Amino acid sequence: MTTELPAIAKSIDARGMACPGPLMSLIGAIRAGAVGAVFEVLSSDAGSRTDIPAWVAKAKHEMVAVVDEQGYARFVVRKAH
Amino acid sequence: MPARVVVLGGGVGGTLVANLLSKRLRRDASVTVVDGSGMHVYQPGFLYVALGQADALWLARDERTLLRKDVELVVENAASVDPAAQVVHLVRGGTIPYDFLVVATGSRIVREDVPGMVAGAHDFYSLDGALRLREAIRTFKGGRVVVGVAGIPYKCPPAPVEFTLLVEELLRHRGLRDRSQVMLLSPLNRAFTVESASKLVQPIMEKRGIELRTFFNVETVDPQKRTVTSLEGETVEYDLAIIVPPHRGARVVEESKLGDQAGWIPTDRATLQHAAHERIFALGDATDLPISKSGSTAHFEAPVVASRIAAIVQGTAPREAYAGRVMCFLETGNGRATTLRFDYAHPPTPPTPSRMWHWAKWAFNRVYWVTVPQGRIA
Repeated sequence: MTTELPAIAKSIDARGMACPGPLMSLIGAIRAGAVGAVFEVLSSDAGSRTDIPAWVAKAKHEMVAVVDEQGYARFVVRKAH
Repeated sequence: MPARVVVLGGGVGGTLVANLLSKRLRRDASVTVVDGSGMHVYQPGFLYVALGQADALWLARDERTLLRKDVELVVENAASVDPAAQVVHLVRGGTIPYDFLVVATGSRIVREDVPGMVAGAHDFYSLDGALRLREAIRTFKGGRVVVGVAGIPYKCPPAPVEFTLLVEELLRHRGLRDRSQVMLLSPLNRAFTVESASKLVQPIMEKRGIELRTFFNVETVDPQKRTVTSLEGETVEYDLAIIVPPHRGARVVEESKLGDQAGWIPTDRATLQHAAHERIFALGDATDLPISKSGSTAHFEAPVVASRIAAIVQGTAPREAYAGRVMCFLETGNGRATTLRFDYAHPPTPPTPSRMWHWAKWAFNRVYWVTVPQGRIA
């Protein structure tokens, strides 16, 4: 079954990019983006599985989806405020 | 007729691309560097200036002296680029046509984007900022020192961690440590983005009594109350705040609508070509790649840009691709440092901080001028 994802305002391909890394890049995009916009970050880093949802919860944004792909994961986040 | 290559920006990336192309293509290309200041600034030195360990004069040299003789230098800001006409417009009205354009315009600091930052916080992201901070540290009598980050992306991701460790050392040497607290406000849930490096650094911070506050992305500074507030909703007090300011792409990129909302150029991660204009290449801080904004990145990207342009000029297929290579040092204080080396396929595995890497960093700082811009360190 495929999940219908909302329109993505900005997609960041951070696969293989250790520094500044997927979460830092996502925080940057969310800071610069509009409230309600949806952002996507692609990460091959195993740590993103815990780091990204933890920050999204702490900063009170919305974790829309985490989608497993071949060799990486796709994190979809909505800027809530 | 030789191919006309115009390079915007005389920093690490622009200077190296220009020298490599002029050396490789000789009479097959005319290479022009356009730079508003005509001075080449070694930005990693700002940190040492702020800490009183280096003289500001050491940081800048005349760009002309770093370029090969056959590279033309135009000391003037570019106002805009017209990609359809393949022309660069200069601020005083002149124009320079190009066959290939290399955008190496770096990033610019926008302290004013953070409320209270200009009046309430210091930073070491410009020479002026570093000199003001040096004075603030010199007259500091003890209290709470906080180091934080107010915008992503920013140059040199390890810099806040380095600064925290080095300022703590300085306070100890000045006999102010007992009267001071040192706190690192990290944007992430650890001290540093690279987990293996965090595992090296966090025990050192703990041992030295440096407090780590995580998921703290600085949003505002209140100069009256002397507080810093995060977008995650927390507030901390300070006596001396050192906050990495937000960065944006160059004005010429924004004016020309070549970049995204923040002025970063949409760039292919392997070919370093502009996503919409095949005759335009970008490198260093100017790109939108989610990779370190650092001189090292520009240094390793420059040969790829030069090689691909040279191949096209010579009528062969460009083969060289950027593999994400970056190498940097991370000072941990007490005369020790570690190193981070990585690419898209290999995450960094930093060695235990040692005196050797500290001296390697200092040696690099010294030999930079006679090696990197000329392409002598590959």
